[in-house]
Amino acid sequence: MYIVVVGGGGLGYYLTKALLDEGHEVLIIEKDATICENIVEEMGSVCVRGDGCEASTLAGVGTSRADMLIAVTGDDEDNLVACQVAKHKFNVPQTIARIRNPKNETIFKKLGIDVTVSSTNIILEHIQTEVPTHPLTHLLTIRDKGLEVVQVKIPPEATTVGKTIRELSLPPGSTLSLIIRKEHKPIIPKANTILQAEDQIIAVTTPELEETLRATLRGA
Amino acid sequence: MKVIIMGCGRVGARLAGLLDADGHSVTILDTDAYSFRRLPPKFGGTALIGNGINEEALKRAGIEEADAFVAVTQGDNRNVMATQIAKHIFNVPKVICRIYDPLRQELYSTLGLETFSPTTIFAQILKEKVES
Repeated sequence: MYIVVVGGGGLGYYLTKALLDEGHEVLIIEKDATICENIVEEMGSVCVRGDGCEASTLAGVGTSRADMLIAVTGDDEDNLVACQVAKHKFNVPQTIARIRNPKNETIFKKLGIDVTVSSTNIILEHIQTEVPTHPLTHLLTIRDKGLEVVQVKIPPEATTVGKTIRELSLPPGSTLSLIIRKEHKPIIPKANTILQAEDQIIAVTTPELEETLRATLRGA
Repeated sequence: MKVIIMGCGRVGARLAGLLDADGHSVTILDTDAYSFRRLPPKFGGTALIGNGINEEALKRAGIEEADAFVAVTQGDNRNVMATQIAKHIFNVPKVICRIYDPLRQELYSTLGLETFSPTTIFAQILKEKVES
């Protein structure tokens, strides 16, 4: 594959190394002359100095034959524009943007960017998984359906302990898939299943409803 | 009309003053409070510190009720992103975007944004002056 990477900072640098190792043809576009020189010195002529949002720069590196453009500068707006120019002017089939502000994920999707990667979200999710008291953990995102699989832990003090699933009035569009209970086999929740302290619930929901779901399950 | 202007530079501040004098309700956004010194002393609108590519800042500026949105910061990409948020996320009826880079301006105008490139316009005016 021919991949154009916009931004030669830390992320662009290591990404390019990894992609080159996998045998792809990679080219970095970087504004800063010194960064550019350092990359060329180390990895050979894989870096061109220029503005990756400018059509002329992208044309110069043959973006029209690129299979993918990955924009990993530190500014969300620059990544958005680089991807949009690649997509609409050069018909690049796949565009990936790095985003800093996790809220931009939905915005970028609406504006036609194929994939967004939010370093903030990834780090947050890892921290949430590692912190055992965190009430809600993201396990998986099903992008094309706008769904996510989450895990909610029921603390002993939750007001929902002892209640049946039926009594909870879960937000519509959210489904409880599994309850993991201490010293038991995982149970598939039914309407008359009674919640116990320390239950771990695996549920499918939408990003908009996850807060409501968490509140409903924990009675907060 | 309720108008939001993003960027309180010379153009933004002047536009804010003109619209305010015409009786429109104007909110001007800038990331730097010092920029608001450019607003005319009689300016009766709202000056807000905030970044127009941030959804929260736009909501605080009242984008949900805005009739028009104008992006005139120094950054082409910031203007492009903010205008697209205004148009596609908040459905503001009229959005206008300044893009210095003529190529980017052409692209985004074909994508349906109302865009202006001061570079193209001013070069044309200068050419006409030189040749007249």
